Amino acid sequence: MVATDQDIANRDGSDAPASEALLDLVDISVHYGAVIGLDKVSLAVNQGELVAVMGPNGAGKSTVLKAIMGLAPVVGGTVYLRGEPLDVATHEIVKQGISFVPQGRRVFTHLTIEENLRLGCLHVGDRDEQERRLESTLDLFPILRDKRRDYASAMSGGQQQMLAIGRGLMAGPDVLLLDEPTLGLAPIIVTEVFEKISEISQVLRTTILVVEHNIQSILDIASRAYILNNGRLAHDGSPESVRETDILTDVFLGKVGDEEA
Amino acid sequence: MNGNATTASPSLFERGMLMLREKGDLELYANVFVIGWAVIFTLWQGVGFAVTLGTVFCIWAILSVSLNLVVGYTGLLSVGHIGFFGIGAYGMAILTSDTSYELLRTESIPQFGLPFFAALPICVLAAGVAAVVVGVVFNRFRDDIYVLVSFGFAIIAFNVFLSWRALTRGAYGIPDVQRPQIGSWVADGEIEFLALCVVFLLIVVGISWFLVSSSFGRVLKAIREDEQVAQVFGYQTTYYKLAIWVISAMMAGLAGGLLGSFTTFVDPNSFILLESMLLVSIVILGGLASIRGSLLGALAFVLLEEGMRFITYLPSEFIGQVRQVVLGVMLVLLMLFRPQGLAGRYKL
Ligand SMILES: Nc1ncnc2c1ncn2[C@@H]1O[C@H](COP(=O)(O)OP(=O)(O)OP(=O)(O)O)[C@@H](O)[C@H]1O
Ligand SMILES: [Mg+2]
Repeated sequence: MVATDQDIANRDGSDAPASEALLDLVDISVHYGAVIGLDKVSLAVNQGELVAVMGPNGAGKSTVLKAIMGLAPVVGGTVYLRGEPLDVATHEIVKQGISFVPQGRRVFTHLTIEENLRLGCLHVGDRDEQERRLESTLDLFPILRDKRRDYASAMSGGQQQMLAIGRGLMAGPDVLLLDEPTLGLAPIIVTEVFEKISEISQVLRTTILVVEHNIQSILDIASRAYILNNGRLAHDGSPESVRETDILTDVFLGKVGDEEA
Repeated sequence: MNGNATTASPSLFERGMLMLREKGDLELYANVFVIGWAVIFTLWQGVGFAVTLGTVFCIWAILSVSLNLVVGYTGLLSVGHIGFFGIGAYGMAILTSDTSYELLRTESIPQFGLPFFAALPICVLAAGVAAVVVGVVFNRFRDDIYVLVSFGFAIIAFNVFLSWRALTRGAYGIPDVQRPQIGSWVADGEIEFLALCVVFLLIVVGISWFLVSSSFGRVLKAIREDEQVAQVFGYQTTYYKLAIWVISAMMAGLAGGLLGSFTTFVDPNSFILLESMLLVSIVILGGLASIRGSLLGALAFVLLEEGMRFITYLPSEFIGQVRQVVLGVMLVLLMLFRPQGLAGRYKL
């Protein structure tokens, strides 16, 4: 897993994607009415990478993932998947190989754990393949196997997060989008979630784009990181490059934002 | 269950509250109460009454089970279901009635003279076609606006029934709607008609049960909870919503066809908005996303309506009001203490 440190800012402004990137966002702008969610953000994820997106609250991190999923009002720029523009409706995207685990888990609480998981792969027609995915997901999260007949509402926050990730994996994604997978969880569970994320990355070799606020932990396992602030890209590069600069303190203390204003 | 640790000996009130919240108990008591009530009425009023009661129950049960597919399972609060019921009833009336003996020649309408069994599928289809048109429009609205636009649909449907006199005879209504007939056998006996209604109710319950237990039903429940996440996982939710909406409307059309033939007279008053509201109350009282709950709710409602006729000291013009007041009070009480209804798991 080599960190390819692309300098996206150096692009010549043409709409062509970087040829080797699996997922490539070029100059994406999102406007929520008058509120600017993203302003010409470019971001690339290569095959097999684990890429982190960081930034303070309201920076536009979730908006990046929503823009990929067709859930945000994108007013400019293009998302490329395997070099092809990804301009299909939200419900078609999972079939293209992108799976989204939204912020706040959003599991179906009135369905059982098994039903939740099965919903993740109903678009796969093949019954045997569905069963195989269910088994491998339950292997990855033994806690889900123990409780598979329970309603998701009866689970703890940590278990629901595991379920949300498991449901995302059921879709058999090439790229897994994770939005704040450790939000509101106890430290010990946070560690467990990070272990699972690196397992998915290392063992299943799934490409991952993760929004995360536990900066040190995510930098330990990420291949590259992007830092957003006020809807703009403030920095991108290797975890080391993030640690070496003062960019994080600047962003989180609002210095970069002040300069722009 | 969850109140055991707080106090050593709960007061009678607390125990009562606890009992109300325990799903199983209350559902059982409600079942015993409602079915017992039906049995007592039958013993008191005789089999003839029970047959009428049973037929009306079947029709309302088909309606409430079908509405529950939309409101309970999919989470689309529609108060316009009565419109499809009316389309079914008017379909049956227009297609089968023989108005040539009518004295009011001025209000004559086209004669089709179809037999019951030919007209019934057309009633179902007509409701389905109307539902496609309405559903395509409705799907453009957010879920919380649904209730308002469905309200509009109920009003429009009523006004069409009332005002399209060339087809519906308006306020005069359509008399002489046909009873079912197979060869020379006419199901004009009330028992035969009841049997027919029971068969249709079983079919509707069977289809509904199959739908909600299938993977299709699982997607409906997912849409109910989080439509956006359902989309993320590859479900074209508008298609699912439209599909269940049309299926539900077709069931209501079936119920309407049965009603028209049962009463042999159809006029707009059976399809006012209030009836639609009562229907929604039945579904909520019985329990969202519970087929059993809808059956129970329909039985209680029909008992309330038909049973009140025998309270002789109650002037007949008050029966309607009393029924509504009782239903209203029950609705408020249940929403206070058991928002998930008698047999349901969801809250509205
Ligand atoms: N649906 C929406 N309508 C209007 N504004 C929105 C909407 N969603 C997000 N925004 C705005 O866009 C900006 C970016 O939001 P976003 O959710 O992407 O932030 P975030 O970085 O994920 O923050 P958090 O850490 O709180 O999750 C914020 O200013 C937010 O108020
Ligand atoms: Mg966010």
